[in-house]
Amino acid sequence: MSLETRDQELLARYAEHAGLDAVEQLRQLADRLTGLKVVHVNSTRRGGGVAEILEAMVPLMRALGLDASWEVIEGTQDFFACTKSFHNALQGKALQIPPDQLRAYEAVNAENAKRLRPVLEAADVVFIHDPQPAPLLGHCAVRQGKWIWRCHIDLSHPYRPVWKHLRQFLLGYDASVFSLDAFAQPMPHPVFLIPPSIDPLSEKNLPLDPAAANDVLGEFNIDHERPLVAQISRFDRFKDPVGVIAAYRMAKEYVPSLQLVLAGGTAADDPEGEAVLKEVREAASDDSDIHVLSSGHYSDRTINALQSAADIVLQKSLREGFGLTVTEAMWKGKPVIGGNTGGIRLQLLDHRTGFLVDTPEGAAMRIRYLLSERHRISQIGQAARELVRQNFLVTRHLREYLTMMVALTHGLEDRIELG
Amino acid sequence: MLQFAIKDCALAIVATGRRAQTLREMRSVLRDVHPGSIYHHFWGTLLRPQPAEREYNNDFASWCSQSLHDAPAAERLAVIDPARYSNIEDLRQELSEVIDERLDETELMLFARADQQFHFARSVTVVFDTHKVLAHPRELVDALPQMSVGSIFYHFIDARKREPLRRDDFQAWLSGLGSEYAGLIESIAGIDPYFESLFVLRNRLSEILARHFGETASAKVERPGPGRPRVLTP
Repeated sequence: MSLETRDQELLARYAEHAGLDAVEQLRQLADRLTGLKVVHVNSTRRGGGVAEILEAMVPLMRALGLDASWEVIEGTQDFFACTKSFHNALQGKALQIPPDQLRAYEAVNAENAKRLRPVLEAADVVFIHDPQPAPLLGHCAVRQGKWIWRCHIDLSHPYRPVWKHLRQFLLGYDASVFSLDAFAQPMPHPVFLIPPSIDPLSEKNLPLDPAAANDVLGEFNIDHERPLVAQISRFDRFKDPVGVIAAYRMAKEYVPSLQLVLAGGTAADDPEGEAVLKEVREAASDDSDIHVLSSGHYSDRTINALQSAADIVLQKSLREGFGLTVTEAMWKGKPVIGGNTGGIRLQLLDHRTGFLVDTPEGAAMRIRYLLSERHRISQIGQAARELVRQNFLVTRHLREYLTMMVALTHGLEDRIELG
Repeated sequence: MLQFAIKDCALAIVATGRRAQTLREMRSVLRDVHPGSIYHHFWGTLLRPQPAEREYNNDFASWCSQSLHDAPAAERLAVIDPARYSNIEDLRQELSEVIDERLDETELMLFARADQQFHFARSVTVVFDTHKVLAHPRELVDALPQMSVGSIFYHFIDARKREPLRRDDFQAWLSGLGSEYAGLIESIAGIDPYFESLFVLRNRLSEILARHFGETASAKVERPGPGRPRVLTP
């Protein structure tokens, strides 16, 4: 199959999900950027939200005629220990980073710069994702293009000493991108606001045959004929899994056949994760209809099946950045009961595509309501899917990247008229 | 005959770094915030996730309602119609006066939660040509349902700040074609763009065009008019 045919097929597949007009708009915007050399740099090829987005974004950019590539920096144990500490500190945790780790952070970037410099200096646009590769800019003295720092982290309340340290590497960038206005920090360059997205063509989000989804439920002894609510999320206090169990128990008094699945893992570097999982198991121990799936390494297909088979999906977070599991569930036509916090407030329209709640009681009431007015499950689910189609697919995400690239190359005037 | 060039637009949202936690802070930022920010918070909301029917139709009113829980302020801000102001500075002045009035009568200062502050943003509008040109208004019947919401925004919303008479582009085009389309122009003018999502606006425009040309075609040549445009989910 020729490259061109393959590209057209890829665009046609996106058009099936996102709509012809969305893809046509991408084509027209990309016409102005044909041949532009765009390089994305992050720190991992697989795993995590950034890699998931780039897996979809880079081929899509290429299909539209941009010369897009994706580079991954290679690091040492000290380097990743440092960047993990960055991640926690930037989200508000007060911690000291040992000087040898900070040195490793800079040394790894210097080492990677030797390999990547020719590609980065020749690029028209460079996207540096998150703090890990941020110092690369300082090693590319004769860079040609625009450099954009894409921050996927909630920087609303960073631990200041660590933010101050990282910020020195960001001052030379031409722009930054944050997912939400509330997550941004003041910068000496333009700050764009672009929410993340999901890929409708990924195995996690492609339509799944109900029989196949039921088979997956069978593997975990979940009865597909009884109502099911699910929360797919790490075992983390901010995700409030114990609150979800409390909500389930209150709802079960009215819907005795109700089942709950809590599926997720604990981050290897999160000492609290195991403690939270223990609390969850204790809270669930007397009820065989609560299924705690905690291996943490479920395939995309398993996650897809659990979300697809659930009647209602919960994401009852107490703090949340941009919860992609909310969007994934909505894309599958599920009403989502989400915590009234962070990005969930943007992702979910209260009463229209789901419900925002502040307490387990609120979640219980919404579960009861939806299970007693089942026609509302499909009504809300359809509205949820449509909201995602219009706003949270990778096609919208790319449209905003392309628009930003045009804006940056035209000097950020209020209005840019392209011929 | 004058032709109609279909354009499209996309917005890049840029943070201004300014924010407010109280109505007084909002008033203070409004004094000198970038004019594009005021436009963005009145009209840019249409290109963001939103329900088909909105409770309040600009970000200032929505924030007063949802985050400050100040219903009188929300209602008074919601009633400001940006289409009636010929420039942003007049709109800024009106906003400020409404807020001042509310501040004068309020003894208690209401605070938004720290994570629900009002963040002032502005947008950069990138306009591009779709290379599609309509030679006759009848072609709108097929073209409108296929237009992106960016095109609807450009021709129906954004036009009001470009066009001397503050009309949308469809009315402006039709009025240049003589009196034949006076009825159609009147129907289009009857749509209030301030209360609908762009998807609903597209549907309503499509219906008006289909009805007009369907009826005209039936009356003149005794054949069925063009079919109803495909239904677009709001």
